[in-house]
Amino acid sequence: MLHLKTLSEMADDLAEKRYSATELVTHFLNRIQNHDSELNAFITVTKEQALSTAKKADQDRMAGTAHKLAGIPIAQKDIFCTKGIKTTCGSFMLDNFIAPYDATLIERCNQAGLATLGKTNMDEFAMGSSNENSYYGPVRNPWDVTRVPGGSSGGSAAAVAARLAPIATGTDTGGSIRQPAALCNLTGLKPTYGRISRYGMIAYASSLDQGGLFGLSAEDLALVLQITAGFDEKDSTSVDHAVPDYSKTLHDSLQGVRIGIPKEYFTAGLNPQIAHCIHEAIKVYEKLGATIKDISLPHSDLSIPAYYVIAPAECSSNLSRYDGIRYGHRCENPVDLSDLYRRSRAEGFGSEVKRRIMIGTYALSAGYYDAYYLKAQQIRQLIRQDFVEAFKEVDFILGPTTPDTAFKLGEKTNDPISMYLSDIYTISVNLAGLPAISAPAGFSDNLPVGMQLIGSDFSEAKLLNIIHQFQQHTDWHKRMPEGV
Amino acid sequence: MSSISNETVEKIARLSALAIAPEELSMYATQLSNILTLVEQMNTLDTTGIEPMAHPQATNQRLRNDCVTEPDERKELQSLSAFTEAGLYLVNQVIE
Repeated sequence: MLHLKTLSEMADDLAEKRYSATELVTHFLNRIQNHDSELNAFITVTKEQALSTAKKADQDRMAGTAHKLAGIPIAQKDIFCTKGIKTTCGSFMLDNFIAPYDATLIERCNQAGLATLGKTNMDEFAMGSSNENSYYGPVRNPWDVTRVPGGSSGGSAAAVAARLAPIATGTDTGGSIRQPAALCNLTGLKPTYGRISRYGMIAYASSLDQGGLFGLSAEDLALVLQITAGFDEKDSTSVDHAVPDYSKTLHDSLQGVRIGIPKEYFTAGLNPQIAHCIHEAIKVYEKLGATIKDISLPHSDLSIPAYYVIAPAECSSNLSRYDGIRYGHRCENPVDLSDLYRRSRAEGFGSEVKRRIMIGTYALSAGYYDAYYLKAQQIRQLIRQDFVEAFKEVDFILGPTTPDTAFKLGEKTNDPISMYLSDIYTISVNLAGLPAISAPAGFSDNLPVGMQLIGSDFSEAKLLNIIHQFQQHTDWHKRMPEGV
Repeated sequence: MSSISNETVEKIARLSALAIAPEELSMYATQLSNILTLVEQMNTLDTTGIEPMAHPQATNQRLRNDCVTEPDERKELQSLSAFTEAGLYLVNQVIE
């Protein structure tokens, strides 16, 4: 039952040679083989590479040169370029794309010796909140296979929830780590914008995109954040900010920590059972010595409107690189260059991607820039100011991650707007560039409920600390789907 | 309440270099209109004089030294396209 161990336990066991990395990796590869046909969490399984990495980890460990995480399996979202391995971004456009280089995050995982089990399914180009927009088919939620796992990093979330991988990467542009973490009972971290390099992470909305992690606990996330965070010269928006020891402060006391509860996050759209779980979590924090304070984030309601200008505008620009010529899908027998561009893109992209490209193109077209893009960037400033003001009074902000639990497959596919609203509590964090974690906080009708804690810039260590303390006094994060 | 016509969809599709089939125009017209209606909730707020945000941490664009860091990988990169010849990409004739 190696898959029931935590990452720290695996690292200790490997160091003590209780089992080999090869045994550990083989165990997870077997789980993927036996269980993924039901979930569809992986687009590509990299069995040979994973086993050869494990073999090297075992040799290095014998030689005494192995990193403590060497040989621990990881699942990588298929948005990160992996040299020599198919990297699709969930799109038919990139169905034939073998990345010619590694993303910085991948390179750092490889340097530590983590064994990549495979590339996980996702909404096409990270656009979606249910993982139903993937060219490779929807992912199913291990807690109820008739429901979505959330998105866009749905494959990574399902893989960790079903214990097909002990940890996985994701990306979060409007909630794509935190929302699936909430729906699958995981701890999911979206770091501060600029904390983890975006180099080699296929771009959707560059001013919002941030790589991060899914795991079973804050303690596990701390170990992998340690090796993935940090400045990268190859990403012009990477921030040169010191990387603290994330595991060291996990045990700090929460005495006197101030937690703000934003009234805007507890309005009519919130499932009352989720509200109840969050109120119970607040009581846990009070017992741990935290001070609770009501706060206001007055511009919260404008975060979705502003996001659906900024993200599509940036996406329309970023996705213009898919021209059907240098890489990616190319249409058959184009009659002229314009036909080559237009048909290659129309055939290569799915409908949600096309919608966002078109709305972004419209917002950036002559005569509309001020009314849409500029206006949205002004609102973005006000949303960040709301947080800056709040952090003068409190250290963290606590609320629900999502307004509801996992919905049924197909329930929202015909109504893009209702799908957009499932990110109502997560999007403002991306607009403000802040770090946040979603962590398990209970259940509603046997479906997981997530709570979101938001911190100030580069407060990942403190965020992991307050989640870890919560996880020392609750066991929601230890609950597993039936059959695991 | 914004409304995007089929003609506007055709124009945006052209600017986006996307071929949209005639039978899909009205579907996109409806969906894009709905998104614009959502987006226009922004107009409930007066933002006169607010500085638009460029980077959350208000950092300046960092520049790197102007020197070669990558090796020549033309062959490897061009192997991603099925239409190359003599180190060049093949496309339809552009100039008569």
